[in-house]
Amino acid sequence: MSRIAEAFDHGKAFIPFVTCGDPDLNTTKAIIKELQAAGADLIELGIPFSDPTAEGPTIQEANLRSLSNGCTTDKIFAMVKEIRQEVTIPMVFMTYANVVFSYGSERFIKTAKEIGMDGMILPDVPYEEKEEFLDLCKKYDFDLVSLIAPTSEDRIQMIAAEADGFVYVVSSLGVTGVRSKITTDLKSMVAKIKAATDIPCAIGFGISTPEQARNMAMTGADGVIVGSAIVKIIAQYKQDAPRYVGEYVRSMKEAIRGL
Amino acid sequence: MTKSRGRFGIHGGQYIPETLMNAVIELEEAYNHYKNDPQFQDELQTLLNEYANRPSRLYYAEKMTKDLGGAKIYLKREDLNHTGAHKINNVLGQALLAKKMGKTRLIAETGAGQHGVATATAAALMGMECVVFMGIKDTERQALNVYKMKLLGADVVPVKTGTGTLKDAVSEAMREWTNRIADTHYCLGSVMGPHPFPTIVRDFQAVISKEIKAQILEKEGRLPDAVLACVGGGSNAIGSFYNFIDDKDVRLIGCEAAGRGIDTPETAATINTGREGIFHGMKSYFCQDEFGQIAPVYSISAGLDYPGIGPEHAYLHDIGRAEYVAITDEEAVNAFEYLSRMEGIIPAIESSHALAYAMQIAPKMDKDKIIVVTLSGRGDKDCAAIARYRGEDIYE
Repeated sequence: MSRIAEAFDHGKAFIPFVTCGDPDLNTTKAIIKELQAAGADLIELGIPFSDPTAEGPTIQEANLRSLSNGCTTDKIFAMVKEIRQEVTIPMVFMTYANVVFSYGSERFIKTAKEIGMDGMILPDVPYEEKEEFLDLCKKYDFDLVSLIAPTSEDRIQMIAAEADGFVYVVSSLGVTGVRSKITTDLKSMVAKIKAATDIPCAIGFGISTPEQARNMAMTGADGVIVGSAIVKIIAQYKQDAPRYVGEYVRSMKEAIRGL
Repeated sequence: MTKSRGRFGIHGGQYIPETLMNAVIELEEAYNHYKNDPQFQDELQTLLNEYANRPSRLYYAEKMTKDLGGAKIYLKREDLNHTGAHKINNVLGQALLAKKMGKTRLIAETGAGQHGVATATAAALMGMECVVFMGIKDTERQALNVYKMKLLGADVVPVKTGTGTLKDAVSEAMREWTNRIADTHYCLGSVMGPHPFPTIVRDFQAVISKEIKAQILEKEGRLPDAVLACVGGGSNAIGSFYNFIDDKDVRLIGCEAAGRGIDTPETAATINTGREGIFHGMKSYFCQDEFGQIAPVYSISAGLDYPGIGPEHAYLHDIGRAEYVAITDEEAVNAFEYLSRMEGIIPAIESSHALAYAMQIAPKMDKDKIIVVTLSGRGDKDCAAIARYRGEDIYE
């Protein structure tokens, strides 16, 4: 059992996302500590990419802010290595295939594992292309998280059956970003996933309010992922963001407690 | 075990969000069905001939040949197609396919605006909705094409993210496709992106080399010694090369945009300066930094101003079947002016990159040698920008 499974051991998991280096890596460090203190169960750390095709405007802008401040993969690795002495909850990277491939896939995965990361999410690597990274992930016991989308339909069984870590359930069509409504029939999607695998699943894309988090948790999913809403708080408060992010995460975690 | 589809050697594949996977699978199935459907092929052929003005001429540039004093130069006149470039070949094929698939809306990216205009044209003809994504910088340098697309009934969305050029337009079109799939076909304009696009677009553009072959055999009784075409994503080049790939004595030469030079950061010469990467749905060569961040490339030509190259070109490069050379802004502008004065043909600045290389190699070749240069588009759209490049302040 990978460490990721621990995130789902105590009720519905709350999974926040932050873009590393937005506005700077010192602030990211403070935010990560705050996320753990506020009750996050697993953290997604975004490694910025110049052209994030699966992201809406909020996370696109965070990526560009981070890169224009000189953030690099190496600097993020160094930051994670440091923070790992204080932060014990599971953490996964969220980035794009080229960031891993260009670094040297083996060098990336080996280093990520050594500094204490538990897996990675690559939104531009579907089931058909996972072989690109899968053998290396297995070699280093590093989970490659699979995504399932509202359009997956007949693909759900195939993807879920081979999934590692947890299944990332994409709540809606389109890119990341806050949505006022989520209309996908997630209950039946989650049921199909559950029928194919024992690995936990968490829903992301478009979730920002405690009410949405509660509704998502009640579909039968094991966790809720929130990105853009947190990135917005960071964009607004910059270096002062950690305590505001903490407050927000507490309210979200509270909303799904006991479900 | 899983299996990646659409590979050219190690290149290609389908590196896209799961949300789009069923859409590209559906597209592949539809394409495999219709490409063998005689009625579809008939309809497409009629559109290409009656509407787009095919076959395009293979013109012997006699004055240019004499002036350069070497190999005989033929120009494949894709510039004379309806909408002024080779882009219409692919667009008519994809729009017809989309219509057969029951799609009612076309989205597209565009750099120079030629693919956007072609897509807007096909959408108007076939009664489909059309939205074109165009980098904001390109909407400025290709303002005439923006007007044309609107005139044809398309919505043009200026893309402000990133460098505001072609790569950002592709990213935004991909984002829009994940947002609205059921009624929408993404009419990709080059031999790039996820499988099956590089294959579909190549097949629709292969008409260029099919015609060149027949025309040169008729005129000269033999195959050419070299075929030259400009390369951004690479659709007119693969179209010009495809039917010659097995003819090993025909040199295939792709001309990339060096911008201000391949030794400067202001270049878009992917094969000459890039390295292996994964982006926009494909594994291929990309201009990128040491951490895999895609480079903000530059070329005077909006149509070649792209940090990647189609996977089949990457493969042809790897196996040494095609050569890829870099041509600077200055060399391309010189060729643009040269052809205008020499032959009375104003070429697109994109195609001028291929002409520029022909001007370099023709004089060194014997007079019994034959070069075919694909004139992928006409240069009306570039006149204002070239005038500005030469310091003349004219407005369209």
